[in-house]
Amino acid sequence: MDVQYVIIGNSAAAIGAVEGIRRTDARGKIIIISDEPYHTYARPLISYLLLGKTTEEKMKYRGDDFYERNHCQVYLSVRATAIDAREKTVSLSDGRIISYDKLLIATGSSPFVLPIPGADTVEEKFTFMTLADAKKLGEAVNQESRVLILGAGLIGLKCAEGILCRAGQITVVDLAPTVLSSILDPEGARMVQEHLEHNGLKFILSQAIKSIDHNTATLNSGEKVEFDIFVMAVGVRPNIQLFEGLGELGRGIPVNEKSETSCADIYAAGDCTESFDISSGQRKILAILPNAYMQGECAGVNMAGGAAKFTQAMPMNAIGFCGLHVMTAGTYSGESYIVQDENGYKKLFYGDTLNGYILIGKIDQAGIYTNLIRDKAPLDTLDFALICQQPGLIAFTREQRTEMLGGVSR
Amino acid sequence: MKRVYVNEQWCLGCHLCEYYCAFANTGEKNMARALKDIKIQPRIRVEEGNDVSFAVSCRHCREPLCVKACISGALQMMDGVITIDQDKCIGCCTCILSCPFGSVALSPDGHAAQKCELCVQTAAGTPRCVDGCPNNAIVFEERG
Amino acid sequence: MAIRYIYAEYEITRNYDRCIACRVCERQCANEVHEYLPEAHKMVADEAKCVNCHRCVSLCPTHALKIVKSDNTYKANSNWSQKNMNELYRQAEAGGVLLSSMGNPENFPIYFDKILLNASQVTNPSIDPLREPMETRVFLGSKSVEIERDENGQIKDNLKPHLKLNLPVMFSAMSYGSISYNAHESLARASQELGTYYNTGEGGLHADFYPYGGNTIVQVASGRFGVHQPYLEAAAAVEIKIGQGAKPGIGGHLPGKKIVDDVARTRMIPVGSDAISPAPHHDIYSIEDLSQLVYSLKEATRNTKPVIVKIAAVHNVAAIASGIARSGADIIAIDGFRGGTGAAPTRIRDNVGIPIELALAGVDQRLRDEGIRDQVSIVAGGSIRNSTDVVKAVALGADCVYIGTAALLALGCHLCRSCHEGKCNWGIATQVPELIKRLNPDVGYKRLVNLLTAWRHEIEEIMGGMGINSIESLKGNRLMLRGVGLNEKELEILGIKHAGE
Repeated sequence: MDVQYVIIGNSAAAIGAVEGIRRTDARGKIIIISDEPYHTYARPLISYLLLGKTTEEKMKYRGDDFYERNHCQVYLSVRATAIDAREKTVSLSDGRIISYDKLLIATGSSPFVLPIPGADTVEEKFTFMTLADAKKLGEAVNQESRVLILGAGLIGLKCAEGILCRAGQITVVDLAPTVLSSILDPEGARMVQEHLEHNGLKFILSQAIKSIDHNTATLNSGEKVEFDIFVMAVGVRPNIQLFEGLGELGRGIPVNEKSETSCADIYAAGDCTESFDISSGQRKILAILPNAYMQGECAGVNMAGGAAKFTQAMPMNAIGFCGLHVMTAGTYSGESYIVQDENGYKKLFYGDTLNGYILIGKIDQAGIYTNLIRDKAPLDTLDFALICQQPGLIAFTREQRTEMLGGVSR
Repeated sequence: MKRVYVNEQWCLGCHLCEYYCAFANTGEKNMARALKDIKIQPRIRVEEGNDVSFAVSCRHCREPLCVKACISGALQMMDGVITIDQDKCIGCCTCILSCPFGSVALSPDGHAAQKCELCVQTAAGTPRCVDGCPNNAIVFEERG
Repeated sequence: MAIRYIYAEYEITRNYDRCIACRVCERQCANEVHEYLPEAHKMVADEAKCVNCHRCVSLCPTHALKIVKSDNTYKANSNWSQKNMNELYRQAEAGGVLLSSMGNPENFPIYFDKILLNASQVTNPSIDPLREPMETRVFLGSKSVEIERDENGQIKDNLKPHLKLNLPVMFSAMSYGSISYNAHESLARASQELGTYYNTGEGGLHADFYPYGGNTIVQVASGRFGVHQPYLEAAAAVEIKIGQGAKPGIGGHLPGKKIVDDVARTRMIPVGSDAISPAPHHDIYSIEDLSQLVYSLKEATRNTKPVIVKIAAVHNVAAIASGIARSGADIIAIDGFRGGTGAAPTRIRDNVGIPIELALAGVDQRLRDEGIRDQVSIVAGGSIRNSTDVVKAVALGADCVYIGTAALLALGCHLCRSCHEGKCNWGIATQVPELIKRLNPDVGYKRLVNLLTAWRHEIEEIMGGMGINSIESLKGNRLMLRGVGLNEKELEILGIKHAGE
């Protein structure tokens, strides 16, 4: 009897799981449940869709034949409403109940909606998470639009960049004193902010919106901001409701390095989980796509009876804003090495190993830094002064290099 | 699978591999015309210093972090060769962030990433960097 | 010096329509001829430093470079040629002996080019080497043995030690020090694959190359560098070097800057000290003395290895060879005046010695006349350039030939004749680490193997044409040779008829 795999979700973690399962099990039945109506798409690309850098067709995360090739049965526009771990079934919003042998929760996260007095009076208000969100926003915005974005984090700024050329004016408000405060230090944030301001964005920082009345937002300072379109981008929350009552639960669904939850035969991967950040040694919600895919893939292999471990979770982001590349990875602890020059800004955080980095502008070969963090490479085994200046394999010893380059790697 | 390997003992740091790579990927027939007065952005790069030099290009990893990390699905592995669909790529550079060897870079126009594809799109047979290496420091062979 | 007497001999022509400023010429020139001008994104060259080694031309990916002889000239004078004047200026400036490298480049007759080969027609039909077995194998060593029988009437194996060659070509003596480690490795590996021998020269045998001992001839020369028991034991044969074609009567001098760590260890001398090989062996003043050394070496190797005596081709070469044959040597190597060198005084190289063709013919005839030809094998060297030179040398009486320059060319040498500068851009005649690595032995050895494989095919083809199926039947077979444009005396010495006769 073939195993029946059920995957709730249809994004990176889910696709990773399908590919993980198929590495080991070519036959088992895979059912994908998605509350969205689309073929799997690359969620972070929604801002690029608005920007015109991609199309709905090109932003498909996998080709049109993906499900067929991997023998997946896909239920689109259907929501999983409950999991019965004892009966091993999932109830769907259309009334169907499907059984599973192995279940993956890859439900992702949802935009956090801040309760603001008067928010219900706003006609054009949006979040920025799904393709549907992006399409709706794209239809609403025009050259006359005054857009107010609450949140100067990744989502808020990518949204701003996406509609930069399509909107009349964009104002970004955030309670934090700097942009991208979760991933950038103040100096890096200042560079990004200046670059975005130079490109026409307006920032009002260290301010919250006290109240909204139709097209006017009142800030804590009393300043009033007029707008036509309001985008709420204050953060995301893991979608963990399905797992409630089934096992251990934190802010996300805790998983081990095999992507197992505390409930038998139920795995979880992606933004809805809490995983172990190897760079800080702490459990975290790491809502980034590479982690989602790899965690999902790991889950898939294990669901199909293989033995995989995903032990490389850590924060990392590569983003561009109007041509300015920003890369960050790891955790910002330890001593720091800073260079700021015509190439941009570089800050490395290190102790005995490289803990994290911020790169703005010149990002060439940054993966070599990422790998130092990932491998926890002891810095005294390489030419740290050299690698600080420029990420390169030349900073390693010949023996290390031979090992890295001499055979089939990784 | 055959891969490109570099033996740094024999690398002369002549950088010809970079030029042959850049040439191969222009699709032009004449190297002088293809590369005249341009700053090349090859998919293989030579690192040098302290009497050491060696070329590095995509290792075509078995567990490719760039492919797994790619947010657009533009990077893919087919028969062991990792290729990029530049039309799909939106140039976010997550692959650059992920590659342990520094072997992915932005293409000359900056709109998409580029990497060594073993010349599968350019020349049948041997990758151009291998052909162009004057000292057999770059080889195309099967290793365990 | 405010007055510049020595001008650039060459001009580097760069086709700027082709040059992509990749800077490979700059990176690969140890003489720092090429330079990149970043502001102009342009390459320029200072030809005064150019030795015309063609490294840049060979590597230029867009074929943008060409080196031409400068037409800058003094007033025409057949007597005081530009070369003569330049050499004089150089000496007036430096006050030293002029040094040169590689073989005599002057316009002396090349007898090989005035000898033509025979082929069969109708009678004694030619042989197709692709269909018929063709023997190119030769054995070097003394063959003058009486047939002895044991008590059962069986023939006793009383053969003296021999060298077995799959083709009649060996690599001549080039020391580790004068050429690089990688050049030596290429020669050693090629010899092993081809079934022939290379020669250590007077540089000792690097510890890494003992595994190739079965294809190694070790040299004992006047400086005795690197000679010790394991060295002799490792080898297939031992060669006593009396003279060298490029510098007869002259010793050797490897400057201290080439005596780097490994070279010093191999030669058993201190790092940085000049390695000076005396002009004569201080213990050899007669054939009897030579005989003592020959037998000492035989004894040291328990009579298991043939002993070679190598001399330069000089005026009385035939008589000298006769003496050597009687000294107990198994093989005589004769090096003609065009033989190469890593460094020699220019005047000696260009004016001392005689052509190998004449020396070889003279020696072979003399030994035959004296009835001792079988006592020794003859190896001819000194600018064997191709397979026909080999065939002609064999027909003139050689058992096999030594090639040096030809082997170096296969390794990339472009005969810029600047070996003595120590900055060989091809990684051959240098001990500078970043230059040495330019010769990857994986490539080098293969090119040597290719070269001699090609020669062997050609030799078989030529022999087949003559109706000869074994190289032994060609040896001393001067009927297969005819001279063109040679005078009576030359024909007489060569022992060949004129074409048409």
